[in-house]
Amino acid sequence: MENEKNHIIPYRSFLLVLATLITLTLISVSVTQIYLGPLTVFIALLIAAVKSSFVLRIFMHLKFESRMLVFMVIAVILVICVVIFITLLDYLYR
Amino acid sequence: MSSPMEETHRDDLASKTGMWLFLFTEMLLFGGLFVVYSVYRYRNAEAFHLAAHELSVFIGTVNTIILLISSSTIAMSITALQKKNKKLALILLGITIFLGLMFLVNKYFEWGDHFREHIYPGSPVLALRGQGDVLFYGLYFFMTGLHALHIIVGLAFIGFIFVFIVRGEVTSDNYVLLENSGLYWHLVDLIWIFLFPLFYLIT
Repeated sequence: MENEKNHIIPYRSFLLVLATLITLTLISVSVTQIYLGPLTVFIALLIAAVKSSFVLRIFMHLKFESRMLVFMVIAVILVICVVIFITLLDYLYR
Repeated sequence: MSSPMEETHRDDLASKTGMWLFLFTEMLLFGGLFVVYSVYRYRNAEAFHLAAHELSVFIGTVNTIILLISSSTIAMSITALQKKNKKLALILLGITIFLGLMFLVNKYFEWGDHFREHIYPGSPVLALRGQGDVLFYGLYFFMTGLHALHIIVGLAFIGFIFVFIVRGEVTSDNYVLLENSGLYWHLVDLIWIFLFPLFYLIT
């Protein structure tokens, strides 16, 4: 009965995620050293977003968490993105 | 539940939900700061570009990797405790605390270098360099400083959990506090994942 509620993530998964995150960090550092103009910002933020999704899903256990919690987190992240987007639009086209 | 004392009601999901609600406010706080940063960067592109070049990408990268490793060790300590390996759980938490302190030591040297070059908030030397530099370094010190404050709070939080595990108050079938401290620590890591490219990499 406990097995269903308390999901245990094996050490191996955490080490794999860690290796992926460090690799992505190094990729992001080396890519941004090359001059790519406005693309740099986009690539750096894209890699940061991919890294966050790993942290949220595996480290923060959301992949195995209750639907309600997952829904709340996604909703809040969307709200934050929308608020940032609208504020910047307002700033640019006021 | 095998515990003979079943008089206290416990709701782990509610506990975690409460922690997440708190983390949402933290995300909004830093989200707002990111907007401020973006707007000022847009208005002072040239100054931000030159100032960002003065930050050490090397120290920033090392600190990123330190935080990532510490995130994985606290996550693994939950697995260890779930498998009833209390000793390993404590060792992994100890490593997490050590890595957090390493992050702060690096921050100390990094900020020390800036201060030696007379770059700090309110510095007359910085004021002479113009509005853009004042804004860049103001935001840099405020945002990385606020993040470092979160590291200190996280370390205290993890320190308490360490003691609770030693005392047997956080155990292999009651570890939601350890999970919550982990969630906080991962959020601190998550914020750094965005701070690092914004200040050190995008120049």
